[in-house]
Amino acid sequence: MGVRQEKVEEFVPLDDKKKALKKPDKPKKPKTKFKDFKKNFSQNWQLYAFLLPALSFFFILHYIPMYGVQIAFKDFFATMGIWGSPWIGFDHFERFFDSYYFFRILKNTLILNIYELALFPLPIIFALMLNELKNGPFKKWSQTLTYAPHFISVVVLVGMILAFLDPITGLVNNAIVWVGGESVPFLTDPDWFRHIFVWSGQWQALGWGTIIYLAALAGVNPELHEAAKVDGASRIQRIMHINIPSILPTVVVLFILNIGNFMAIGFEKVLLLQNSLNSETSDIIATFVYETGLLEGQYSFASAIGLFESALNIILLVTVNWIARKTSENSLW
Amino acid sequence: MKKFGLSDKAFDIINKILVAIITIVILYPLIFVVSASISDPSAVSTGRMWLWPVDITFDGFKLVLENDAIWLGYRNTIFYTIVGTTLHLLVLLPCAYALSRKELKGKVLIMWFILFTMLFNGGMIPTYLVVKGLGMLDTMWAIVIPGLVGAWSVLVARAFFQQSIPDQLVEASKIDGASDFKIFIRVVLPLSMPIIAVMALFHAVGLWNQYFSALIYLSDENLYPLQLILREILIVNEASASAGGGGGAGGPAGSAGSFVEQVKLAAQVKYAVIIISTLPLLIIYPFLQRFFVKGVLIGSVKE
Repeated sequence: MGVRQEKVEEFVPLDDKKKALKKPDKPKKPKTKFKDFKKNFSQNWQLYAFLLPALSFFFILHYIPMYGVQIAFKDFFATMGIWGSPWIGFDHFERFFDSYYFFRILKNTLILNIYELALFPLPIIFALMLNELKNGPFKKWSQTLTYAPHFISVVVLVGMILAFLDPITGLVNNAIVWVGGESVPFLTDPDWFRHIFVWSGQWQALGWGTIIYLAALAGVNPELHEAAKVDGASRIQRIMHINIPSILPTVVVLFILNIGNFMAIGFEKVLLLQNSLNSETSDIIATFVYETGLLEGQYSFASAIGLFESALNIILLVTVNWIARKTSENSLW
Repeated sequence: MKKFGLSDKAFDIINKILVAIITIVILYPLIFVVSASISDPSAVSTGRMWLWPVDITFDGFKLVLENDAIWLGYRNTIFYTIVGTTLHLLVLLPCAYALSRKELKGKVLIMWFILFTMLFNGGMIPTYLVVKGLGMLDTMWAIVIPGLVGAWSVLVARAFFQQSIPDQLVEASKIDGASDFKIFIRVVLPLSMPIIAVMALFHAVGLWNQYFSALIYLSDENLYPLQLILREILIVNEASASAGGGGGAGGPAGSAGSFVEQVKLAAQVKYAVIIISTLPLLIIYPFLQRFFVKGVLIGSVKE
């Protein structure tokens, strides 16, 4: 019984209720709070121990690197360590902003991500189409088959792209030549890079992306459809006026989450698809950080560029979330 | 509206046809890869093979299976996947369970501590410096540790524990005198098999498919995971072949033929390698599909 009472006390979230319980010794409040915690801890210390591995992980591999971000404002020397290296302020940022490639990299990053974001409706449309199919083998098979590419690794995906688009032996160019066209150097032509990147991503993610929308569509009240049928609404009208509005909250939240990954999207794939001939369009901020930081060892400079990217990303996420909250009921926070 | 003219039956048929076309377009590259891996390479490179295998030969697979690097990569990847997934569960599950219990104090603060890492992180270079500082470069720990647990998994697992573990059950075991540790092992875990399967599967697939940590943290070729070996076979060689030419070939006329043969065989090897590396996932996928789908849905409930 005593255990139960303890629980009631802890469940109270605000201080004022506690005050009400312990009015007489108000000045001693901090001490009792500490005592409460001590008691709670001695009873539940194993629960606190459960947290330890995960919290140490987050501390060491997430918070220490955050502390390490300060090298973006320093002239980092490995021998002096992060703390010991001299501060130089915004020099690295200025160097980056003034460099001739700054505009190109920023432009490439933005265009690539906006292009990808523009295809955001495709899985929604495909989910609406799948939803109209009767439950049965056809629906099941098309779902199973279109989900499958999701499990292919980036390396294999890019390997397939390179093989298919090869100028001499590739499937696509064979087909182009067969219909009387001329072989296209897809992989070394900067104009093609974005299309290849974005559409290969769609190939891989289209089916998988429908899962959440299909679940949301399964939750639509069937009575709405029945009522609309009685009123003589066609299939397309019911989709437009019942299904789409029903899944809109899901759509908004997923859109914001997509923005949250905006800048980071697909960096590992870009790195694999990149070559010296298409770098005009394939150089993005993240690949540049990798090159200058890890390949050339300019740790400070690369950290500054990475920090610039994170900052841009956070500003974007907060702004979009703010707009979503103002214009609709749905937002992340 | 014009749409009225479209009868529902016509809509049904058109919709079915469109879904069929999309499914075929998505499926076609996969069939092509399978067919190309067992077809005569010259039939593939000239376009004679475009759907079903032509002049079936298993030379590509033979070459791949004779390649020690691939076997080594395979072994390493299996090892990393098993160790990484086990550690993932060992760290994730207790933490998510503790955070689902109401007797734990300071939950809000702890959740913020974890969720903040979703919003902001140190970035590639500072993380690299930490991994380096911990002496993990060129060890398996560099593959397993940096992505050990994500804030997202903690959220999902915690939501599962909150929804599916009845509070009375835990309370009752406590009154019987069981410790939290015992309750977790004997009562909670047996009830949590779905979430354990989902979390393990997602993490294992991620580990199996990742190449980037290996690329930046490993330089010892004996530690290379499969994906890094694949990268060399599928991508690096391709780039050097198209950009730099054939390397150290001998006489001009005599070796030209064998060089062409080699290039063709290399293409077949690529398709075979894709099959061999993706096979385990494709075999288990149909059986586990519902778990994966479940994982996505548990995750989305949280948002």
